[in-house]
Amino acid sequence: MSEAAVPASTSIPSPVRIPLREIVPWAVLIGALAMITMFFISTEDGATTLLAAGGYVHEFLHDGRHLMAFPCH
Amino acid sequence: MMRTLLVRGLIAGLLAGLAAAVFAFVVGEPHVDAAIALEEAHAAEEAGHHAEEPLVSRGIQSTVGLLAAHLGIGLALGGLFAVVFAVIYGRLGGFSVRTYASLLAGGAFVAVTLVPFLKYPANPPAVGQTGTVGSRTELYFVFLALSVITAGLAVTAARSFADRFGSWVASGIGILGYAVVMTVCAVLMPTVNEVPDDFPATLLWDFRLASLGGLVVLWLVLGAAFGTLVHRALTPTPAKATAATA
Repeated sequence: MSEAAVPASTSIPSPVRIPLREIVPWAVLIGALAMITMFFISTEDGATTLLAAGGYVHEFLHDGRHLMAFPCH
Repeated sequence: MMRTLLVRGLIAGLLAGLAAAVFAFVVGEPHVDAAIALEEAHAAEEAGHHAEEPLVSRGIQSTVGLLAAHLGIGLALGGLFAVVFAVIYGRLGGFSVRTYASLLAGGAFVAVTLVPFLKYPANPPAVGQTGTVGSRTELYFVFLALSVITAGLAVTAARSFADRFGSWVASGIGILGYAVVMTVCAVLMPTVNEVPDDFPATLLWDFRLASLGGLVVLWLVLGAAFGTLVHRALTPTPAKATAATA
């Protein structure tokens, strides 16, 4: 960590690397949450169905799915 | 530091989703409506079919539903953007926060949106057979995953080449490698063409252009907002700096 020992100037800090071990737990958590969110918005009640919503999820998100280029129906 | 990035990623994602939803409502919705009108006209022509009443009214679908879908995707992408930013920041050269945010937004647009769109473009209602939605969804997400993984490998490879060949040549090798691999994948993977013969070509083009435009807005606002917010968080504000010197 010798490079971090030099204090950054008061203006724009030179890029400091965030240790990967500090990022990993966040990456796992955010990755999982993002995958679940994106699955429900893009695919649930369309190609596959986890909840028996009877088409309501698909229809509610219908226009967003088409316009954001997800395969809809 | 991670908290700083994640909070701003989520805010930038919501802003991006909002902007893209407004664009989609103004530019995209007229084409969705035109396609649905064609779909219903076809359904009415066929014997035994009559226009089905939607479970969710079109008014809700084109406003609240459209906004919810965009905000959700914006939020998810904003969180992922912050995580990927944290990984690459300071590891690909001595660029500023805003330059890193711009490079990431541009790269993510190409790998996540543009290249998958070129192979499996957005389709309006009335295009696409109900029976093939499963296989089309699989193909789309497999191609998307290939694109994201290849882009990640290309960046990693370019980074390791930079010491030997310099950053210009190394970046070129990375981009070329990504382009070659994705071209091969695109040629080898099955083509989907379910556009009905009588579907207007101009409507298809307009819809796809509006769809791509909305996604451009999404990534532009995400990158710009994230770069601005994180830059402000990591540097003293001009007001503070002025007060300090006064």
